[in-house]
Amino acid sequence: MNRPSITKYKTPVHISEYPVGPCYQAGHLVTENAGWRTEKPILDKEKCTGCFYCYLCCPEGVIFKLDGKIEIDYSFCKGCGICARVCKSEAIVMIREAKDGADGC
Amino acid sequence: MSECIAGRAKAPNALTITDKEFFYGHKACAGCGGSVAVRLIMKVLGERTFTVVPAGCISAVGFMYPQLCFTNNALISTFAGTASMMSGIAAGAKALGLKDFQVLGIAGDGGTADIGLQALSGAIDRRDKVIFVCYDNEAYMNTGIQKSGLTPLGAKTTTTPAGRNIRGSRTRKKNMFEIVAANGIDYAATASVGYIPDFLNKINKAKFVDGTSYIHVFAPCPTGWGTPTYCTIDLGKDVVDCGLWYLAEYENGEFVLNKNPKEFTSVKDYLSRQGRFRHLKDEDIEQIIRDRDRKWEIIRKSWKTKKN
Repeated sequence: MNRPSITKYKTPVHISEYPVGPCYQAGHLVTENAGWRTEKPILDKEKCTGCFYCYLCCPEGVIFKLDGKIEIDYSFCKGCGICARVCKSEAIVMIREAKDGADGC
Repeated sequence: MSECIAGRAKAPNALTITDKEFFYGHKACAGCGGSVAVRLIMKVLGERTFTVVPAGCISAVGFMYPQLCFTNNALISTFAGTASMMSGIAAGAKALGLKDFQVLGIAGDGGTADIGLQALSGAIDRRDKVIFVCYDNEAYMNTGIQKSGLTPLGAKTTTTPAGRNIRGSRTRKKNMFEIVAANGIDYAATASVGYIPDFLNKINKAKFVDGTSYIHVFAPCPTGWGTPTYCTIDLGKDVVDCGLWYLAEYENGEFVLNKNPKEFTSVKDYLSRQGRFRHLKDEDIEQIIRDRDRKWEIIRKSWKTKKN
């Protein structure tokens, strides 16, 4: 996998389970960032030309390439809207995140 | 001085850059310019990079135990000792006989121009093969927007508030690029997240320098600047187009300007988009324009021009 995935955090119950040193495993993720979002980017695959400029501009790295087009990893997207702004072919639009999560993610 | 550092390997572009993410799942604010810069640097330098990060946004958002967002070897240094710790890592890796690795330091504007300046100067003096990157968001953003040595004239921060008599920062931006050049560095460059191909090219160049390199990348901060989160890339482009920032390189003892705009776009438009400049009066903006023109007169007279 090109991106690290979530590992479930095991809450320490005994003092011996706490780390002793100041180092830890690289790329160890335990929480998502999806809850930060108020708007989410929606991609129109028809309009996407595969220039991948949004892929370079994304601060989170949640945009990835798939079959010459882009895909978005919503679990870490914070909904900043940079991708929609920089897209020359207007293939990405930001829509308001539904309160009940009815439209997925 | 290093010679022939260009043309060793082609700079990656959107199609050729690695798909691997080395800075992922971090807790930076939405639309963070510094994160764009860090992510791209790591992608160009690759997995075999030792990253040193002093106190600042990137260490605060990247190392939130147990969430560790760098997927390569990364450590937090002392605030003042970024460059000296990089020197130590480079020496240690050499002693272990490691090959094909990079030593990277990522400091904010405070960690470069104020607190980390002495150690950086030392590393340049020793010509250690390290890459020091300053992501410049023009104040100490991590601790709550205090003025740094790279805060521009008139910017409102919590330590330079805008009132009736004093309107924001009364000091000008330190000229870090020329300060490192004056130290006799092997390669130095300025970049902006608004001009990504140019930025990728410069990181790639730094990779092949036999000595110290310094890249100063302009990285807008929505939280500290009072701008919408989606504007980050636009602002990084605007600041270059209006002449308040420039894309340049220093190598083989010469300054080279990479982008020489025929006409500048409006400084007022750039400033008025940001909450931190909203209090400025016309006379303040005129002063900023006068400063800009004076700087560009010198640049155009004495620097070479070459497109990157």
